Amino acid sequence: MADASALIPRMTDICGAPNVITDPLELRTYECDGLTSHRATPALVVLPGTAGEVAGVVRACADHGVPFVARGSGTGLSGGAVPHSEGVLIVMSRMRRVLEVDPVARRAVVEPGVTNLKVTEAVRDLGLFYAPDPSSQVVCSVGGNVAENSGGAHCLKHGFTVNHVLGLEIVTPSGELTWLGDGTGVASGYDLLGAFTGSEGTLGIVTKIIVKLTPAPEAVHLVLAAYDSLEAGGRAVTDIIGAGIVPAAIEMMDALSIEAAEAAVHCGYPEGAAAVLLVELDGPAAEVEAELATVLSLCEKAGAREIRSADDPVQRAGIWAGRKSAFAAVGRLSPAYIVQDGVVPRTALGDVLARIWSLSQEAGIRVANVFHAGDGNLHPLVLYNDASAAETEAAEVLSGAILDTCIEYGGSITGEHGVGVDKSKYMPKMFSPDDLDTMQLVRCAFDPANLCNPGKIFPTPRLCGEVPGPRRGAHPAAAAGVEIF
Amino acid sequence: MHSSGTYAADSVAKALAEACADVRDGAAADAMDGDAGVVPAFVALPASTGEAAAVLRVAAEHELAVVPRGGGSRLGWGAPPSRCDVLVGMSRMDAVLEHASGDLVARLQAGARMGDVAAALAAAGQEIALDVPAGATAGGVVASGLAGPRRLRYGSPRDLLIGITIVLANGTVARSGGKVVKNVAGYDLGKLFAGSAGTLGLITEVTFRLHPLPAARAFVAAEFAADALPAVCDAVAAAANSSLTASAVELSRPAASGPLLVSVLLEGSADGVAARAAAMADLLGRSGASRAKVSETAPPWWPGPPAAEAGETLVRVSFWVSALGQVLGAIDAAARDAGIAPSVAGSAGAGVLYVSCPPGEPGACARFAGALRGALDHARGGVAVLAAPGEVRAALAGRGGMAGSVPGLSLMRAVKDQFDPGHRMSPGRFPEVI
Repeated sequence: MADASALIPRMTDICGAPNVITDPLELRTYECDGLTSHRATPALVVLPGTAGEVAGVVRACADHGVPFVARGSGTGLSGGAVPHSEGVLIVMSRMRRVLEVDPVARRAVVEPGVTNLKVTEAVRDLGLFYAPDPSSQVVCSVGGNVAENSGGAHCLKHGFTVNHVLGLEIVTPSGELTWLGDGTGVASGYDLLGAFTGSEGTLGIVTKIIVKLTPAPEAVHLVLAAYDSLEAGGRAVTDIIGAGIVPAAIEMMDALSIEAAEAAVHCGYPEGAAAVLLVELDGPAAEVEAELATVLSLCEKAGAREIRSADDPVQRAGIWAGRKSAFAAVGRLSPAYIVQDGVVPRTALGDVLARIWSLSQEAGIRVANVFHAGDGNLHPLVLYNDASAAETEAAEVLSGAILDTCIEYGGSITGEHGVGVDKSKYMPKMFSPDDLDTMQLVRCAFDPANLCNPGKIFPTPRLCGEVPGPRRGAHPAAAAGVEIF
Repeated sequence: MHSSGTYAADSVAKALAEACADVRDGAAADAMDGDAGVVPAFVALPASTGEAAAVLRVAAEHELAVVPRGGGSRLGWGAPPSRCDVLVGMSRMDAVLEHASGDLVARLQAGARMGDVAAALAAAGQEIALDVPAGATAGGVVASGLAGPRRLRYGSPRDLLIGITIVLANGTVARSGGKVVKNVAGYDLGKLFAGSAGTLGLITEVTFRLHPLPAARAFVAAEFAADALPAVCDAVAAAANSSLTASAVELSRPAASGPLLVSVLLEGSADGVAARAAAMADLLGRSGASRAKVSETAPPWWPGPPAAEAGETLVRVSFWVSALGQVLGAIDAAARDAGIAPSVAGSAGAGVLYVSCPPGEPGACARFAGALRGALDHARGGVAVLAAPGEVRAALAGRGGMAGSVPGLSLMRAVKDQFDPGHRMSPGRFPEVI
């Protein structure tokens, strides 16, 4: 591997001097993404302005065997955009145009650095929106969303990024520009578009994205129901799903997160509630009306102490504010916290929450729970004092035990934040060596030199020349008596 | 006829019999494709992923070509395999392994028949929201990427698949995804195997997300005169873009210069569907259709997933809906030039049409596909020949072949080389791709 600094003249030729950062102090501003516990200062930062420049930058890296990492807005929560200390960080934020909108085909072509919300803002007047809406949508980039296959509160009904991305122009790890998919959603040959989406920046760098746009719903109605226990709120969720309703979103918060949100944004949630459930319905007015009546009656039947509902956009935003501020609000309760991201089958939510409660009691560490109840995606916030090494250690152990619980109940170690550098050590608990080796065959096809965002997702990189021998032996989870698939 | 003489048939037969309890010699009835007549030397019917892996390990050891078989209805798609030593039939792996109705998830063995699965799921008021034949298998649906009219709302199998178990050419068993809908741990091999037509490995288990069965459905059908092309395009776009949330917007022109039929499927609650259907009928009426009719039952021409009759050439045209007029015009012009009169039908609102060229002069079907590719060269989308008799396939050489232009081809080849370095899985199936 050549020294990345040897690439400075070539990078300057490609991107222009102002877009090549070499100053050590400036380099440090890129040392981490949204997960600040993993840091590395990159050897070099470049900010290309076109797809051709990205290809040039990657080719230069490939020619010299220098690793590279792409970064969007840097809001990721798994360390997927943590730089390589001897590599080049390719920052996509200058490429942030909406290039084309075709309202008849319901498609937009955008650059990767554009923020998620900007896409919806660009098409709102046409009666359309871009459905994936991660909570960070004001700042997170669509290119980053592609890398992480981002979800959001409304993916329960509307799907994930992978269901809304129909074409990608990418720079391959060898520096070639190519398209995956053509915007039609119909694949000829292998669905590399689908395999690429969610690959956490390890298979190449996205330079253009064709997204599917969705007609804006005719009606939207938000219901807030407060309960004296998480179990009662959970019953309402089960009954709603059991009634054949797929709400746009079903969110739940526990007492600690409600208290935090109240203190931070005065969202006016019912005082003293042990659980607040938010159910958003969207669609044709006639359907929303029918579903609303059912949801209200099921929420009441489950023992709600208070129910509110709102169809007005301002009122809805007021109710959502409490939920959307929850992560930051919890930060005010504690000097430090870990945002966990695990998934369990929805029907196991009650058991898993009870387990998290007892783990929290045993460890003497507080856990606030905010979760996408509709799809079983938990975001336990583990609160600790980072001035105490013992408490920091205990928080990490607790956080890991929560993931173990998710796996035990047939779930996943990440629903939307990704594996990145943070969770690669948990991958062998969810997947067998053969599973991981097979996934890495895809990596070897795209990036045999292992230069593109190396060290992410997989705990052990695979040498691409290796031919996998036949393996025998039980799947780790199966061996532990747990059926995970 | 045995397709290969490069191995010792006796020792292979013995090894296969040790690997799998149900192995027999191939027979003429097992041929992949009528006119090419590739008959497998052996047919293995594994009862478990473990048996399937053992079969594939034997195949690896003896360098045998392997072709997976589900329901067999799309086995003639693409090009027939150039060789087949072992046909792996999935009929004994036909169980619904788990239906977690509260989680809206079902885990199936790959050989499970979709009709049986649908019946089991319907008992809990749920479905896999794909329009596929009852005789198709879960694994076959994934491998062929089959999707019918409701792809507009629910997408294709890759959008509903949340977990997969596969056996690679060397016998390695691997899983990706899981049984929760929201899951981004690791690469999604399900996406890669969806539509891979048996060329990357054998699918033995699949897990789908489910949807509640709608309480009511309505079809809003309208008829347009043959020369009312702009009005049809407006109607299709208006229906697909409407906040009335159509599940499907289908177009059909059964006779080459006959009227154009548009039908919109709405699903939901009884009251909701009634109100939406009335509004949709108004919407279509404003586009210049004859009076739109609302019905609880599908119009007689309502299609299932694409299918080709024997001898037929089935062409798939995918496009951006804004180009529908251009596409229909190009189909007409190419058909005129080629001297054929094909029927056209498909999910126009989702940007997919299927053109069926009846058996006849093979050169004409190939000329049609070639001319259509030429006319739509600058448009976004593609013209793929999904199924064709041997003479048509031969005539397509030099006209873009079966697949036409495919973006990302060199990466696809690299993926194939990694997963199946000996090119023994359904060899020849994707002739231009791999």
